[in-house]
Amino acid sequence: MVNTSWVQKLADKNQQVLKVVDLKGYYRGAFGVVLGVDGVSVRVAEKESLGLAGESGCGKSTFAELITGTPVPGLHYEGGTVEVEGYDVWHIPPEVLRKEVKCKRMSYVPQAALNSLNPIKRLKEFVADMLRERTGQKYSPDQAREMLADHFQRLNLEKRVLDLYPHELSGGMKQRAVIAISTCANPSLLIVDEPTSSLDVSSQRDMVKMLIDIQRGGIIKSMITVSHDLAMLRQLCDRIAIMYAGRFMEAGKMDEVVSNPWHPYTRLLLASLLPLEEWIKDQNLKSIPGRHPDLRYPPPGCRFHPRCPECTDECRSDRPPITKKDGRQVSCWLYPR
Amino acid sequence: MNKTGVVLEVDNITRYYTLGYIFTRQVLGAENVSFNLHRGEILSLVGESGSGKSTVANMILRLIKPTSGKIYLDDRDAYSYSEVDYWRRVQVVFQDPYSTFNYFYTVDKPLMDAFNLIEKASWGKERFSQAERREIIMATLEKMGMNPDEILGRYPHQTSGGQMQRLLIARSLIIGPHLLVADEPTSMTDASTRVAILNELLRLRQEKGMAVLFITHDVAQAYYISDKTAVMKDGRIVETGAPKKVFFEPEHSYTKKLIASVPKLHEKWDFSQ
Repeated sequence: MVNTSWVQKLADKNQQVLKVVDLKGYYRGAFGVVLGVDGVSVRVAEKESLGLAGESGCGKSTFAELITGTPVPGLHYEGGTVEVEGYDVWHIPPEVLRKEVKCKRMSYVPQAALNSLNPIKRLKEFVADMLRERTGQKYSPDQAREMLADHFQRLNLEKRVLDLYPHELSGGMKQRAVIAISTCANPSLLIVDEPTSSLDVSSQRDMVKMLIDIQRGGIIKSMITVSHDLAMLRQLCDRIAIMYAGRFMEAGKMDEVVSNPWHPYTRLLLASLLPLEEWIKDQNLKSIPGRHPDLRYPPPGCRFHPRCPECTDECRSDRPPITKKDGRQVSCWLYPR
Repeated sequence: MNKTGVVLEVDNITRYYTLGYIFTRQVLGAENVSFNLHRGEILSLVGESGSGKSTVANMILRLIKPTSGKIYLDDRDAYSYSEVDYWRRVQVVFQDPYSTFNYFYTVDKPLMDAFNLIEKASWGKERFSQAERREIIMATLEKMGMNPDEILGRYPHQTSGGQMQRLLIARSLIIGPHLLVADEPTSMTDASTRVAILNELLRLRQEKGMAVLFITHDVAQAYYISDKTAVMKDGRIVETGAPKKVFFEPEHSYTKKLIASVPKLHEKWDFSQ
């Protein structure tokens, strides 16, 4: 049933850009039902930058896709609410979602977005196409170029880039151009999925600088960055959520989580990282024992218990409650209410 | 294997790529690259994309020919070996495990086929029955910390990237090469699996005395794993030496810039200026 309450724009009392409550999304197909995201709640306030970290297959990208309201084929919304500036993404007509929410209020830059540019069109022609779809008016490529030139310059990208074909740009430049194009309508919320994973070290730094510039320059209000690279997220985000097997294990301020992790999974994840520091050479770094569970048959109780060194009987049978303390939350039996 | 223990000697190799058909132009792939690799040593080649790391690797693997310069494997010119003989001695783990496996066969096939290479290279002196092959595969996989019952008989799409990478390392372990070229073996895996693969390479080096040429753009990985490091920039090696020296007291300006752009977990970059 379609809920028409989208008309009333909810007052931004708490100045929340994104509110997700108990979101569930499963993959359904011949392989069975995969519990990709299973009951996740998060709020993103204005001027906040949230990082989402975890192993591959833990549901980070699934979560990002569910927020956009148009998930990939096979992924189904199963319950919960997603509100972007008061718009309930899953209960508004698709046309409203496309016209009012996407691009204007929320932009999503998927993984490997740099490959989404049309190889036989110059960037300005691509942008003209996009503007026509968004605004319903026709623009010539040169008009589009003029419209975006300022925006590109604010982000330290040359105007010249718009005259080039994608193959003339380097990987880092393409990725930056895609992010610049997707933020051209000043969305409130920008979701970037693995922005640096296919780039090398020096372009990674440029990428991070650009994302910080976008936020500081007031082009966007809030940002969600999905990545497995914790060191990169550390540079970019104020708050971090650690995800495992479709659920949040721990969330809190970046500095606090990194310096004093509560959840055993966060501790193991941080211990398995390879920072460039002098002491790691003679250390025998440990990987997390076992493997990520098959989310078709997730383990009962706490999903991390088969790999957890501090597992108790309680962990095996019951889902741990979410403990909130000092602005941090953790979902573990070691930290009872 | 010779007495000095040098497995691979790369002597001043240069490679130019030629583009175009009539109006050709030349692009530099790698220039005047020289290094030695001893038995049981791990050398890491570090550099950004386009710096010629993979060009060097492909030349060592005999996939492309150097424009000038020589490569010696076990004191013999690399091109004096027959192909089978050469690949018995040099094996590779590529960057993208997804494109290495044939999706129509189970993962057993590349492991089984590894024995064919051994049989061919030894002119049929070494022969393995199916049962023997299976036994060796099982033992190798267990050594690699994988459960053979869980992994054998699966198709590539049913395994994870980290597992595929480890299967490829297991495959080269069966062949038992003198030199393993690892071309960004951890780029498709996440943090936890990454450490497992690196530890695996370290262990192999210790147990089998295999020389490893480790190619990466990740400075921290290069520091963790290697005994010797070479930093590449625009096709040339700009700095080489012990990892501690190269990464913590860099001399070349490019190395300094590279180190500065590595994100650190306990330190935040300052973009305020």
